[in-house]
Amino acid sequence: MSDTALDLQAVNKIYNPRSRQAVHAVRDLDLKVDAGEIVALLGSSGCGKTSTLRMIAGFEAVTSGAIVLAGRPIHTLAPARRRVAMAFEGYSLYPPLTVRENIAFALKSERIDQTEATARVDEIARLLDITSILDRYPSSISGGQQQRAGLGRALIRKADLHLLDEPMGQLEPQLRAHLRGRIKHFIKERGLTAILVTHDQTEANALADRIAVMEDGELQQFDTPDVLRQRPANLFTGTFIGEPPMNVFDADAAEEDARFVFRLGDGVRLAYDPGAFRPDLRETILARGRVTLGVRPHSVRIADDGAEATVDASQWLGDQTHIAARFAGTSIVSVRHDRMRLERGDTIGVRVAPEDLHLFDTATGAAISHGGAPA
Amino acid sequence: MEHTSALERVLRGAALSAVVLFFMFPIFWIVLMSFQTNETILRSPPSMVFEPTLSNYVALITGRLETQAGSLDIDFMRNLMNSVILSVSSVALALVLGVPAAYAFARHKFRGSEDIAFTLLSFRFAPPLLVLLPLTLYFQQIGLADTYVGLVWVYQLICLPLILWIVRGYFEDISPDVEHAYRIAGHGWGATFMKIALPLAGPGIAAAGLLAFIFAWNNFIFALVLASADKQPVTVGALAFVTASGIQYGQIAAAVVLSIAPTLALALYAQRYLVEGLSLGAVKG
Repeated sequence: MSDTALDLQAVNKIYNPRSRQAVHAVRDLDLKVDAGEIVALLGSSGCGKTSTLRMIAGFEAVTSGAIVLAGRPIHTLAPARRRVAMAFEGYSLYPPLTVRENIAFALKSERIDQTEATARVDEIARLLDITSILDRYPSSISGGQQQRAGLGRALIRKADLHLLDEPMGQLEPQLRAHLRGRIKHFIKERGLTAILVTHDQTEANALADRIAVMEDGELQQFDTPDVLRQRPANLFTGTFIGEPPMNVFDADAAEEDARFVFRLGDGVRLAYDPGAFRPDLRETILARGRVTLGVRPHSVRIADDGAEATVDASQWLGDQTHIAARFAGTSIVSVRHDRMRLERGDTIGVRVAPEDLHLFDTATGAAISHGGAPA
Repeated sequence: MEHTSALERVLRGAALSAVVLFFMFPIFWIVLMSFQTNETILRSPPSMVFEPTLSNYVALITGRLETQAGSLDIDFMRNLMNSVILSVSSVALALVLGVPAAYAFARHKFRGSEDIAFTLLSFRFAPPLLVLLPLTLYFQQIGLADTYVGLVWVYQLICLPLILWIVRGYFEDISPDVEHAYRIAGHGWGATFMKIALPLAGPGIAAAGLLAFIFAWNNFIFALVLASADKQPVTVGALAFVTASGIQYGQIAAAVVLSIAPTLALALYAQRYLVEGLSLGAVKG
């Protein structure tokens, strides 16, 4: 592991403390970001990701805890002295300056000569496809162009940390996909450290080395996109990451006739060869009795000998079929990569392989096992 | 606009003309009066045909008023000067105090901030006489009665709330991220206020300042009660033309023309800002 660039230590943010409307926006957040790493803060609105970013930038005071950047505690410094650059979600360009001046403005503090500044602005403009609007004023360009100009103003700086707050929220989907790759390459090539705030998991997956999933002010899991998908630490991460979301069922575990059985609602039983689960895990599960099962839609197989389900809807999306069916007293979604013609009311068989099962504690949501191995 | 019929255009034109006529006629008439003597003004029926005279203006500027009953000294030019001094310094002080306060109210929501802002606005609700009488007593005791400082202070009741509320709306309109971007690029809080917030709110500050100037200039009651002859502005000074030997309509008209000239010129010059500032401030406030 390389050096730690940013270290958040037990950071708390409470808005309106000592009042009746106190909001605990960020709870005991510990997060270490390595130098040269891109980390995404991912979560729904109000999960505390933007508050976290603004505390790092210095626009919000830290209620308690410490923020250390490149070995310097920065949480009491003014934003100007933290050596961070930031791209904003909304409109943040200086209206009286052209786009070029806006971007070049960020270089003023670096005291470099005019030719080099121009060269760097041109380079960043090519990267973000805004060369043609460099001499226009912010009021005469579109929201997406303004956002890219703002992103350029942040990326052009040499800073210890680059903060990107929903940097591509206003761009068209094609452009977003196209720019993601370029921006990632740019950041990696220069060895910049970046924190990206987003609610779009595609963006987080595409850009970030590691993703910090947040909910309700708490860090749920902080790991690589692969681990988040394959070994979610709790039910929240499991259902939050992945599209369509994970299917979830409450189940009672039991051993019947030398089979390891999960009894779901509506009398549905999923029976497995006990050997598919490690013995210690079997004991744990049996001791608990009730668990929550999670199955990714991509892992729900449709087979004639499977448990019975009734089709609610079947949609061909051009590259995959999404089948929603009534199953075990609730609904289940299955994704297939071929085209499957099913009508509403058709009966299908559903099978889930033991290695695709995620088990969670019903009360706390903490993961018990992924596949046949303990979490 | 392209979809209006001919009839609509005619009606619209007629309505606009009526409005302009209604509001501009008094000004037009007073300008006519200022070039007439008392006899031609008071003849019946009134007529627009007369021999123009500059005697009213001459009297005002030289400070000597000749009437049938004899000559009378008037201090009109001094009153005009007082108006300028009082209005300019009141607005200047209100801007120095009000703009940073407006910024604070717009950017920092602290406990009681709304209450303080509203209290300042509520100064405009009370009838001036309500505060004037006790204020006169206090001012006499602490020696502020009949001083420029005292008057400028009281004029803050007019100027400060106006500037505070209009400028606050302008500051709230500026995206905070514009300032954040500037701060994170290595600039302090003060520099951000001076270099980003102030220029961006410039039109609003100008509008609020102009409006406050006009209100201060037109103020009558504060100066009437708190100022003696040598500190009186034109609004009060014009009373001097109601003399023992009759009302000098010609001089009053000329005085009015001279006293509205600066505000009228200002308003015409900056009417775009004024309308913008008023509507923005009103809607946002």
